[in-house]
Amino acid sequence: MAFVEKKLPADAPVAAQALNWVDARFPLSKLWNDQWGKYYAPKNFNFWYIFGSLAMLVLVIQIVTGIFLTMHYKPDAGLAFYSVEYIMRDVPWGWLVRYMHSTGASAFFIIVYLHMTRALLYGSYRKPRELVWLFGFAIFLCLMGEAFFGYLLPWGQMSYWGAQVIVNLFGAIPFVGPDLSLWIRGDYVVSDATLNRFFAFHVIAIPLVLLGLVSAHLIALHEVGSLNPDGIEVKDSLGADGHPLDSIPSHPYYTVHDLFGVSVFLVIFSAIVFYAPEMGGYFLEYNNFVPADSLKTPLHIAPTWYFTPFYSILRATTSEFLYVVMAGIAAYVALIFLKTKLNILIKAAIAIVGLVMVVGMMPWALEAKFWGVVLFGSSVMILGGLPWLDRSLVKSIRYRPDWHKYVYILFGLAFVTLGYLGVKPPSPFGERLSQVCTLIYFGFFLLMPWWSTMGKFKPVPSRVTFHPH
Amino acid sequence: MRFLKKLIVALAFAPTLVLANEGGFPLDHAPDRTEVAALQNGAKLFVNYCLNCHAASAMRYNRLRDLGLTEDQIKGNLLFAGDKVGDLMKVSLSAKDAKEWFGVAPPDLSVIARAKASEAGTGGDWIYTYLRSYYRDNSRPTGWNNAVFPNVGMPHVLWELQGEKRGAEISEVKEVKDASGKVTGFSETTATFDADGNRSEETKSLEGEHHHTGTHIKLMPVVGKQKLSALEYDTEVADLVAYLEWMAEPAQTKRKALAVWVLLFLSLFAFLAWRLNASYWKEVK
Repeated sequence: MAFVEKKLPADAPVAAQALNWVDARFPLSKLWNDQWGKYYAPKNFNFWYIFGSLAMLVLVIQIVTGIFLTMHYKPDAGLAFYSVEYIMRDVPWGWLVRYMHSTGASAFFIIVYLHMTRALLYGSYRKPRELVWLFGFAIFLCLMGEAFFGYLLPWGQMSYWGAQVIVNLFGAIPFVGPDLSLWIRGDYVVSDATLNRFFAFHVIAIPLVLLGLVSAHLIALHEVGSLNPDGIEVKDSLGADGHPLDSIPSHPYYTVHDLFGVSVFLVIFSAIVFYAPEMGGYFLEYNNFVPADSLKTPLHIAPTWYFTPFYSILRATTSEFLYVVMAGIAAYVALIFLKTKLNILIKAAIAIVGLVMVVGMMPWALEAKFWGVVLFGSSVMILGGLPWLDRSLVKSIRYRPDWHKYVYILFGLAFVTLGYLGVKPPSPFGERLSQVCTLIYFGFFLLMPWWSTMGKFKPVPSRVTFHPH
Repeated sequence: MRFLKKLIVALAFAPTLVLANEGGFPLDHAPDRTEVAALQNGAKLFVNYCLNCHAASAMRYNRLRDLGLTEDQIKGNLLFAGDKVGDLMKVSLSAKDAKEWFGVAPPDLSVIARAKASEAGTGGDWIYTYLRSYYRDNSRPTGWNNAVFPNVGMPHVLWELQGEKRGAEISEVKEVKDASGKVTGFSETTATFDADGNRSEETKSLEGEHHHTGTHIKLMPVVGKQKLSALEYDTEVADLVAYLEWMAEPAQTKRKALAVWVLLFLSLFAFLAWRLNASYWKEVK
């Protein structure tokens, strides 16, 4: 088609003419309108819907503060710790940039966990939004990697020993383990080689992947349209203009709405940055103010708070607990055989996998440390399966049977308890409690195909519930 | 069945586990000394007593201007010969020599007040208690031991100020077990250090079935020649600790000063954003 540039009247403002020039060569206005300006979203978004845009804000904060930190940080085992102190003392406003970055890291996880809670509450991962969920899940995995690699950079005691422990976990994998750990570390122990490569991963490799995944996450979302707290598809009721009756254009309504949400977040964020950046040792750990010493192992090595729920599951997997896990696997295989209509070949495959796992958990086979790593990894990976585990007749918790709410609350309590136990040193009581919570955690997901369909569901309205402001 | 038993036992003992002391001498609260004069005094004490062995290699001498000192005052009173006022507070004591003389290289003190924080108290609390908890012990190479940091390699550098004679009583309650490992009773071993550091020990068995095991240290009052009274010494240490807390994060003064303005501005902004949002959403039916 011949190139066409829209002709504006001669007295049109310069800005309009400039935009017109660009639009003829690059879909700028189209991009703006499709992605935000005229992207129609349901009007009944509530508090839980703010965390997506907050996550994007924090990503930008982390990247910008990260760039400024990288200008002064030195990724060398002998220089790293004091380069951070140089930033805190000699770089003008360096202390502010550092605190924004450290607080931003924890804020990112708080926001992402709340963002995922929204998905759980309203079934945001259900068809046709499975890909939105999967891209989000991949973002979560990258975020955990980003945080893990970034945490080594200050080269404090916790940085060093936390990395040592986690990389050694890979050593538990049979046959390839030790070589894999060596390959990751670049050395026989965590050292300067490890620091340099973790710096590269943290500063450019994962951020690039994250930006790609966030774009994919949003593209997938805009393709099918946002869900809402009532869990109904607003596109089922279109108006005369072709837009859903229950939707409004994101601009200006969600622009000002999210601006308000951002302003509240910034108040809380700044209160922490300016008054309590250490947050009682949870955001900036006390032991990390001691330079890394490969000859001095700290009494308590614990990951940062946002990893502790999964870390608890790792710690809970003792050789004693493996017997419980074996019984659980056997029961689950039985359940699949008796209570599903799966193809007999698939059932057989599941039974074989179950048998292999049970045999592998025997005291004379693979040690508990390996299975701890397996459960640790599985506890994260199982989140990816949610779109297919949840068989509920409705999407939103509003129309599920009342007792489903208690199942969610129990899951939430188990998750928070696991997190709390993870920051504490191990104890007999903690071990038992974390084992119980591990069973609740996995039970919630693995039994979901059954419990999500049980009970008396409430009638779902055809239009959203909205109370004019 | 064993699992269930363990579960019940664990639940039954949960309260005592929560209350169980993880160990450690109870920490005193470091007094708040925020006046510039106290911080300057602390800087003086730091340079005179600490900077010989300990470095503070993240701290620049001229940063002391934040405490109201001029460069001339710093150069004249707080700088060793050969150092420039823009230099970092490094020391010439080599790690190798230090290890030979003290058993361990003295740690850098730049951020020590942040590093020593724990659930038991702030880093300042730890250092404040530590510097006041030395007692005489002739078995140690320096002649001093410390209740907060047992068998520390550091000598009691402030001995002249606090006093050269101080004893302590260390009592340890242990379980007494028979040949099969069953607990039959409790015993208490008390090691007494007199004011000159001579040790004597006494063990006695305890009556009763319920005793908390663990070590308890009781520090005796300082006796003999003292340059400062107990209160004066505590005040000097408080100044030094306040200085160390400031040095761990010199930006904290500015940070806390800015905080209220930042939050005021953002609160106003949030309020305006709220009303702007409300005005647009009135149109949505």
